Amino acid sequence: MGLLSDPVRRRALARLVLRLNAPLCVLSYVAGITWFLALAFPPLTQRTYMSENAMGSTMVEEQFVGGDRARSFARDFAAHRRKSGALPVAWLERTMRSVGLEVYTQSFSRKLPFPDETHERYMVSGINVYGILRAPRAASTESLVLTVPCGPESTNSQAVGLMLALAAHFRGQIYWAKDIIFLVTEHDLLGSEAWLEAYHDVNVTGVQSSPLQGRAGAIQAAVALELSSDVVTSLDVAVEGLNGQLPNLDLLNLFQTFCQKGGLLCTLQGKLQPQDWPSVDGPLQGVQTLLLMVLQQASGHPHGAHGLFLRYRVEALTLRGINSFRQYKYDLVAVGKALEGMFRKLNHLLERLHQSFFFYLLPALSRFVSIGLYMPAAGFLLLVLGLKISSAARCLFVASLSHALELWMQLHEAGVGPEQAGRTSGSSPPLPATQRVGLASLVAPLLISQAVGLALYVLPVLGQHVAAQHFPVAEAEAVVLTLLAVYAAGLALPHSTHWVASTQAPDRSWMALKLVALIYLALQLACITLTNFSLGFLLAATMVPGAALTKPSGPRPLCAALLVLTSPAATLLGGLFLWQQLQEAPLSPAEGWRLFLAALAQGVLEHHTYGALLFPLLALGLYPCWLLFWNVLFWK
Amino acid sequence: MVDTCFLGRGFTTLVGLLLLPFGSLAASQIEDQAEQFFRSGHTNNWAVLVCTSRFWFNYRHVANTLSVYRSVKRLGIPDSHIVLMLADDMACNPRNPKPATVFSHKNMELNVYGDDVEVDYRSYEVTVENFLRVLTGRIPSSTPRSKRLLSDDRSNILIYMTGHGGNGFLKFQDSEEITNIELADAFEQMWQKRRYNELLFIIDTCQGASMYERFYSPNIMALASSQVGEDSLSHQPDPAIGVHLMDRYTFYVLEFLEEINPASQTNMNDLVSICLI
Repeated sequence: MGLLSDPVRRRALARLVLRLNAPLCVLSYVAGITWFLALAFPPLTQRTYMSENAMGSTMVEEQFVGGDRARSFARDFAAHRRKSGALPVAWLERTMRSVGLEVYTQSFSRKLPFPDETHERYMVSGINVYGILRAPRAASTESLVLTVPCGPESTNSQAVGLMLALAAHFRGQIYWAKDIIFLVTEHDLLGSEAWLEAYHDVNVTGVQSSPLQGRAGAIQAAVALELSSDVVTSLDVAVEGLNGQLPNLDLLNLFQTFCQKGGLLCTLQGKLQPQDWPSVDGPLQGVQTLLLMVLQQASGHPHGAHGLFLRYRVEALTLRGINSFRQYKYDLVAVGKALEGMFRKLNHLLERLHQSFFFYLLPALSRFVSIGLYMPAAGFLLLVLGLKISSAARCLFVASLSHALELWMQLHEAGVGPEQAGRTSGSSPPLPATQRVGLASLVAPLLISQAVGLALYVLPVLGQHVAAQHFPVAEAEAVVLTLLAVYAAGLALPHSTHWVASTQAPDRSWMALKLVALIYLALQLACITLTNFSLGFLLAATMVPGAALTKPSGPRPLCAALLVLTSPAATLLGGLFLWQQLQEAPLSPAEGWRLFLAALAQGVLEHHTYGALLFPLLALGLYPCWLLFWNVLFWK
Repeated sequence: MVDTCFLGRGFTTLVGLLLLPFGSLAASQIEDQAEQFFRSGHTNNWAVLVCTSRFWFNYRHVANTLSVYRSVKRLGIPDSHIVLMLADDMACNPRNPKPATVFSHKNMELNVYGDDVEVDYRSYEVTVENFLRVLTGRIPSSTPRSKRLLSDDRSNILIYMTGHGGNGFLKFQDSEEITNIELADAFEQMWQKRRYNELLFIIDTCQGASMYERFYSPNIMALASSQVGEDSLSHQPDPAIGVHLMDRYTFYVLEFLEEINPASQTNMNDLVSICLI
């Protein structure tokens, strides 16, 4: 008989697991962390390769020579923009029309949940301008997008110039089988989101936008371009998108092969590619890049306009030109050639990009780790929770079994027969009463924790005006401070819970609460890990030890400190410090605190403007779960 | 790779042999046999040229077929005796930077599409069923004359196939395959119905030699571009068009055929020996 279907062996296995519970938990946790750190090393990481046959090699002739034209367009754009203060819509329309595109505009406006500090705007309205290059001999069923997001502080005029020069060059070619849309958005990502929603005819984030007059078919791929100067020393590529979504790896492979062909320097997460993979230095640098990618993916922040395209299953990348102090610089022609090559190869596509991976981690631009190889890391961490759940369940089962057994013995000794015991147990025995009390002592903390979580989610934005009236702070600060206040108020909960459930709870019912909390945590972390591995792994790595070790007995201050240090907010703070450290710009504590407050505000803002899920996940899911463990710790 | 066999006058079996310089005796025996081929008195020539791949990145298969078509037509077989099957239209594909042309040499030296191409089976009509019906003659009566192989027992037929293949099969249009057994059976039906005098079968795919392994009809000479386990290589990458323009084997066949004029003395052995490059 098999191991799990044979009852004798199953009991033996269960006994072994329960006896070795603590060592197995520690081993599993260590295995998870080690596996994660080993992801950058050779057997777990592979070289990237092009999977899509239609895109093939880089065998195209790039003929773009419009460097001067691009620069003159950029100068004009910058001048008009300075004059008008906003996006020069009329100039853009005129220029796009002169280049030969079909030009359309779209106006949008939205009310922000609270005015953010940097721009101090409450109502954001703008106009997006886009031009469509129709494929000369095809049916306009598919399209590619080249987008340049323009915001108030990042003028991105060089990118606009390059885009217009590329449009002029593309217009003269007859080999386009897909339409190409050249999109200039106002207010950065807000404009991009408005355009995408109108294009796909949905309304996900509550932005009011005028409907689009011109459409071009299903978008197959998109490239977002950000250039701050007309010479670049390297191109940085960003892949992480909203809620940790990633584009198909083939798009990144395409970019990388064209950079190699053109001799362009490409960076990922701002870091150059390590050359020496056989030795140890390469993989060590890979670990840093991997950690940066995990942190960025976990934040759920769209790191560029491409992040918003991913929600509609349009594969997209953001390319940023970096101008550092290197000797060798590339001009706009080199960047333009790389883009031309990419678009020409994307033109060859017959289907959406689907041959390569959608879930991966990147220790370097030419190395990746596939989902099958990185998932075990999270699996080991969740196994710890599974082991703890099984031991807690057994303890509870044994406890309640021994309790029932005790009761039966008492009844038997008192001379009552089994039938009468059965009869009396149906009427008002003490057992259901204790059970009822046990249930109340379970339900009350659950409800109260969830209510605090709901308050954390709803109060900051709702109550910002009230807070701003009573305290001398701006609305954005009021939101953040309300967040922190509600979070800290939750720490005072255990006393209030006991105030509600006034009867003396039986000794063992903290175990029931811990069991429920463990199951809740395990379910949430499993679901999060499946969609956003980085977020799930980070939260599991920090919350699992605290969750596993919590109990009312033992050194309370120490456990309390551990639990606070592994709460979601502390994880966020720690993540920020780690991120800055990895980027070789370490923060002082004061700077770090300020960055933390800014990140909180940004999280709430992104949830309302783009539908980012980090804030509701933490507020409505993980924070109440963490509060349950806090309740368990302070059980009387 | 060459496959020849004569065993006396009976012409009873047909086997694939590897032509390696084993011994002068064997070589000269096969050379004699090859020289005897195509001299047994036929009265008409036919050609069935099949390209089985679609999609833009399979441009080279269409170019292969069209270059053989061009040579065959130039050397004297009229359109009425050629059945040309092309599975996709490369000349008018929106991705073609030179519309209405199909080039076989980079730098666009030779346009094999020309002005007078007559495609008999086009696009989705190129299926295994249609191909086998053409070969065996079991065609519905409404089929026009240009789509029929009206050969008799004094016809010499060239059958050229190209596309993506594997060990024992050739892929048609991304949705079906023809196996070497089916092909061998079709040729046997042709023999039984007295539809050919001699057959020259040329195939340019990966593992092409597997397609003639099962032939059991007499009077068939088969050439393939690669052995079992080998890939056929593409040739002529052209950055201006963005695809490979030809396959290597057919490129050399085309070069060979371009040099043939009415006064040339080249024979089958020369055609056979180009594949040893």
